[in-house]
Amino acid sequence: MPDEVVSAKAAAAPGLATAQESRRQRTRLVIRSVGMLPVLALLCVGFHLFSDGRFFTAQNLGIVVQQSAVNTVLAAGMTFVILTGGIDLSVGSILAASAMAGLIVSKFPDLGALWLPAAVFTGAVFGILNGGLIALLRLPPFIVTLGSLTAVRGVARLLGADTTVFNPSMPYAFIGNGSLTLIPGVLSMPWLWVIALLVILASWLLLRRTVLGVHIYAVGGNESAARLAGIKVWAVLIFVYGASGLLAGLGGAMQAARLYAANGLQLGQSYELDAITAVILGGTSFVGGIGSIWGTLVGALIIAVLSNGLILTGVSDVWQYVIKGLVIIGAVALDRYRLQGSART
Amino acid sequence: MSAPILEMRRVSKSFFSIKALRDVDLTVYPGEIHALMGENGAGKSTLMKILSGAYRPDPGGEIRIEGKPVNINGPEGGRAAGIAIIYQELSLAPNLSVAQNIYLGREVSRFGMLAREAMETRVGPILARLGADFTPSTLVAGLSMGQRQLVEIARALHARSKILIMDEPTTALSAGESERLFVLIRQLRAEGLAIIYISHRMDEVYALGDRVTVLRDGTLVGSLDKPEIRADTIVRLMVGRDVSSFYKKDHDPTDDAKVRHGGPVLAAVDIADSRRVKGCSLTVHAGEVVGLAGLVGAGRTELAHLIIGAAPKTSGHVELEGRRVEIRNPGQALEAGIAYLTEDRKALGLFLDMSCLDNINLAVLGRDARLGGILDRDKARDRAKKAFAALGIRAADVGVAAGGLSGGNQQKVLLSRLLATTPKVLILDEPTRGVDVGAKSEIYSIIDNLAKSGTAVLVISSDLPEIIGICDRVIVMRAGQIAGEVKRTATAPLGQEEIMALATGMEQIDAR
Repeated sequence: MPDEVVSAKAAAAPGLATAQESRRQRTRLVIRSVGMLPVLALLCVGFHLFSDGRFFTAQNLGIVVQQSAVNTVLAAGMTFVILTGGIDLSVGSILAASAMAGLIVSKFPDLGALWLPAAVFTGAVFGILNGGLIALLRLPPFIVTLGSLTAVRGVARLLGADTTVFNPSMPYAFIGNGSLTLIPGVLSMPWLWVIALLVILASWLLLRRTVLGVHIYAVGGNESAARLAGIKVWAVLIFVYGASGLLAGLGGAMQAARLYAANGLQLGQSYELDAITAVILGGTSFVGGIGSIWGTLVGALIIAVLSNGLILTGVSDVWQYVIKGLVIIGAVALDRYRLQGSART
Repeated sequence: MSAPILEMRRVSKSFFSIKALRDVDLTVYPGEIHALMGENGAGKSTLMKILSGAYRPDPGGEIRIEGKPVNINGPEGGRAAGIAIIYQELSLAPNLSVAQNIYLGREVSRFGMLAREAMETRVGPILARLGADFTPSTLVAGLSMGQRQLVEIARALHARSKILIMDEPTTALSAGESERLFVLIRQLRAEGLAIIYISHRMDEVYALGDRVTVLRDGTLVGSLDKPEIRADTIVRLMVGRDVSSFYKKDHDPTDDAKVRHGGPVLAAVDIADSRRVKGCSLTVHAGEVVGLAGLVGAGRTELAHLIIGAAPKTSGHVELEGRRVEIRNPGQALEAGIAYLTEDRKALGLFLDMSCLDNINLAVLGRDARLGGILDRDKARDRAKKAFAALGIRAADVGVAAGGLSGGNQQKVLLSRLLATTPKVLILDEPTRGVDVGAKSEIYSIIDNLAKSGTAVLVISSDLPEIIGICDRVIVMRAGQIAGEVKRTATAPLGQEEIMALATGMEQIDAR
């Protein structure tokens, strides 16, 4: 009984200060959505100064966005998963298996053109398997995807008999290295980056403009309440892991097109960490329910800028690891700090 | 009679400006079973938490044990003072052995190593004294609820406690286990322990109590000695207060109205699960507000969960407007027209981080959507704004997060979500819990208006005046079954005593 008394008492007070409270909430929302954008800008300017003006050049920016493209696509899928309060550790392995599947299909004389859908489909199948185990057998996402991280890596190696598969005459290989000309002679955009932006845009539409999007936020915000409100939680979970797998498959295709080759052992190693880091840097809460796809885009760019800038400024490979690791920890610390300010109690 | 073992004088406890306990004087003697009774929220738990050291009483009061004033500070303090508490939800670690549980926090070690055998050897005689049929090395996970209770009692005896507080110890026990527990409690009394026995159940208090103390609204309203223990006296002490006038009830619950609206809308037939609900049937008519009363743990919420498919039924079915409907999950219930307001809005109802707009529209998003899944945002905003106006939800904008609202406004947001589905049946579980007085009255008026427009409303509430104030008819549950029904007549209002008697099982005692 005393607990009720306290909550009734505590609840009465904020009712009076609703206007003030909502203003505070909005400020918080702005901070959250802008989030890491200032950090990204600072990093860019800093690296430009420390690299004697080599950062803001058309060529270097092209490299940065090209490098961030695959991670952006993986991180978009990871955003869906983390928004529901889950995690997908298997995206790097799925990327490798999908790239292998794509390359193998591309070598068939008549079916070669189907390599891209084959890669995406492979990714989606593994993702749906993850989702099925998590949603229907109620297994913890961390354990399931930790298992598939290893198992799918094995499948990727099996696919090419543990060798590197080459195909110098891959159809549509331009998506890996070509650019889309926007203004002839002035502005062009790498196809990889075009794909990444389209994925971000589609994810944003899905999260903010569809019923499914609201349901994803609802499941992450309060799974029991979602179930009681009539939401098919299992379907939402299968969707998010399926989407994460599908986008990992797309990432695999992008990577394969860029290299004209795939190797089941090396491709996509520890890509899941970069994807998770991008999502967390982007302000998506690790416990689910809060976050935006634009934040994820900024997070992925920060990682790419960090890698690129550290090379430009001549930081050794060893120190790059240390610095990136600290960024991950800093991001999680930030997540904690953000959660304290939220309405969640 | 010997000297009292526990004396509480003018003990009070306030939370902010609200007094949960007010100048309570309680005296307990060794070798007596002292029953403590009162409605939900009368202050029993607060009193118990003060004795266990979980709460500090307000200054001014005094607690003496064996004549010496004591200052109970934290759980260690309670234990040191010789007080042991056996909670409703037992506080054992199932992954540890019986002996490890008894020694939890006071493990015996030798050279830094756990002296497991020594602990088990010392626990053995205590278990034997209690007549336990398990050994000290048994894992608690493998024990029944009754056996676990024995472990709790053994822990209390091992700590040489002189006062044993038991909080509704039979709720989770079978009839046989309860009988064995009673035998044991009498044995402990004979050994000179003082036992404070908290219970809602009149038959237990009759069977065990040497004295009964009744709390109401944080005040001790009476203590009865054995010869004075009579059911009607106890019930009068427990409920004796006025029904205030802020309940609004304009809808017409007469039989004419029921005919006009077309008979029973909701019929639950012989609903049961394997644990808490044992074959319950009830009907609710259109335009009628039916109360579902009963004590905490009687199975009311569980019954509601079975009706809406939130938990699996083992038998029974639900009929809606005379037709049998298959409901396997809450989504199907909503589609059929049965909406349920949860008693725990923060854990099971609202999405605190999401906007009021999303919270209100959540259940109808699919229905409103275009092209099979694109949100209709104008419609959603419109609906949320209308809900704000209709229910008087006070927030700066429909876009603010629901978590920032007051309890009453949160409840109205949640109610708006249900009403958006235009339900035929509305099941409200503790609709005014954690809600301030003003919002309470508004919620009553919303319920009244819904009934007027022909909705069938089932209200689960532990607040008796509320049930009496807003309901046309009250169904009372006890121990997973429908204990009876109390009707309002043209001349007499619903009787508090009658409901309380059904809820506690007192009418059976009087019939004996």
